[in-house]
Amino acid sequence: MNNKKNTEAERLTFWESIYLPEVVKGLGITLKQIFQPKFTRSYPEERWDPTGSYRGRPVLVEENGSERCVACGLCSRVCPALAIEVQPGETPREKERYPELFEINMLRCIYCGFCEEVCPEEAIVMSKDYDIVFTSQESAILGKDQLLVDIEKLRDRLEFLHKYR
Amino acid sequence: MELSSILIEAGIKIAVIVNVILVMASVEVYIERKVSAWIQNRVGPNRVGPFGMLQPIADVVKLFMKEDLVPIAANKPFHRLAPFLTLVIAIAVYAVIPYSSYISEDINVLGLFIIPIDEPIYLGIAPNINIGLLFILAMTSVSVYGITLAGWSSNSKYSLFGGLRSAAQMISYELAMGLSVIAVVIMTGEVEGFSRLSINGIIMDQGGWFYNWNFALAPVACIIFIITAFAETNRTPFDLPEAEPELVGGFNTEYSGMKFGMFFLAEYAAMALASAFIIILFFGGWQTGIAQSILDSIGASQGTLFLAFLQLLAFMSKLMFFIFFFVWVRWSVPRFRYDQLMYLGWKTMLPLSIVNVMVMSFEYFYEITGLTWGVLIITLIIMQMNYKNKGNKKRVVAS
Repeated sequence: MNNKKNTEAERLTFWESIYLPEVVKGLGITLKQIFQPKFTRSYPEERWDPTGSYRGRPVLVEENGSERCVACGLCSRVCPALAIEVQPGETPREKERYPELFEINMLRCIYCGFCEEVCPEEAIVMSKDYDIVFTSQESAILGKDQLLVDIEKLRDRLEFLHKYR
Repeated sequence: MELSSILIEAGIKIAVIVNVILVMASVEVYIERKVSAWIQNRVGPNRVGPFGMLQPIADVVKLFMKEDLVPIAANKPFHRLAPFLTLVIAIAVYAVIPYSSYISEDINVLGLFIIPIDEPIYLGIAPNINIGLLFILAMTSVSVYGITLAGWSSNSKYSLFGGLRSAAQMISYELAMGLSVIAVVIMTGEVEGFSRLSINGIIMDQGGWFYNWNFALAPVACIIFIITAFAETNRTPFDLPEAEPELVGGFNTEYSGMKFGMFFLAEYAAMALASAFIIILFFGGWQTGIAQSILDSIGASQGTLFLAFLQLLAFMSKLMFFIFFFVWVRWSVPRFRYDQLMYLGWKTMLPLSIVNVMVMSFEYFYEITGLTWGVLIITLIIMQMNYKNKGNKKRVVAS
């Protein structure tokens, strides 16, 4: 390798080699940027609406007033972060099983979406919630009462799953 | 004047000016954050107060509440001394900065009472000190001690690198800076009652229309001085002492809480000072840039309060522009490498400033108006004609 030939310095023209005109040109470019439209979103006032492909907080689908989940425990099994705990129970409904206890530890959840992928009943899906805030470690463990979300609110995600999975 | 009255006058001026510097630093922080945001197509701070204007105050409150950590291996007395040294020196230089010309008419305070003025007073603590220029140069050179001391006493390799770089940078730039200041001293004519090295003398020499300011008469010195001022204040493109990607935080890596805040404050005070120094030497200081005959016709004759106000306004707006310029350059020019900086300092700026001083001496000794411009233009033409590469070499892409 001969790196003495045709170097960057040799390729410069005279005005480029004395730098100052180029610096002034650069200043012009940055000055132009000041008057360009801004990209900032003023977050709490202006919220972002994610599309169906967004993986936010995992939730349980609630259909006709009850959960779809049959407490097979696959999600709990596949969860790489061991965030899900399911305890099955019996119910007189058609599918006979339901989760007595369904907890997701949101401090562990990594939003990978494996639980959703593995679920045979399409009972657990990723929602669009992205501002997830807790004030204590206990409150970060979400029970069934916080996890159940009506199916109407999850239409986008379910449509996305039907289309691409 | 009696000693006691001199002390009282100086005390009031010092109290006012130190507070002005502190407020100024917060204004600078605000300008820096806003302009940085605009250049990057962001909005910038807009939550605290109207348009985010109280953001610097929130920053300071945050710094006060932070834990003040001292590394266990640090040299504690020096570690504690360094931020104070930097800040005190940065503030001390403001003693010789004048903010307007003299006021000789009596000041009427809201029609309530009248402050009689016996002899002309100047806005500024000691603007007429006859070695003002030397004082500024000396103090800005000392300011590197604070940084080097901070780097060394932290007992951390990154801090030490930052401090050493600062010292090396200072040596490479001080010479070119001093020589460009000498060019200004050469061209400054004798003003009645002022020494050639006094700040007010230099400013008064630049009276009249704005094309009489020194930047138009000494272009090379002006450019060299502005570049060295950037190096002096450790701002981009010469912010090697605190180069974030390489040195974590440079000399202030091991500082936290209000000690870091002091470095922060000192940096901004130094930035305002460098702007003021550029303005004083090359952009007319407090001169409004309008001929005195026109100012007289709108009632701003020499010594009136109105003229002093206009001059203060002119000085402050020039100062704001240069602070903006500092931020503007920060986001336009990438940081120089260490060897590039040395190359620029020793092989380009130093010879250039020596030649400049020689040409300027000829121009003012033999009174040949415009010699500097002529030599500059002729040199550029000759250099361009003899330039080897006319831009015809193309980049060879390895296949």
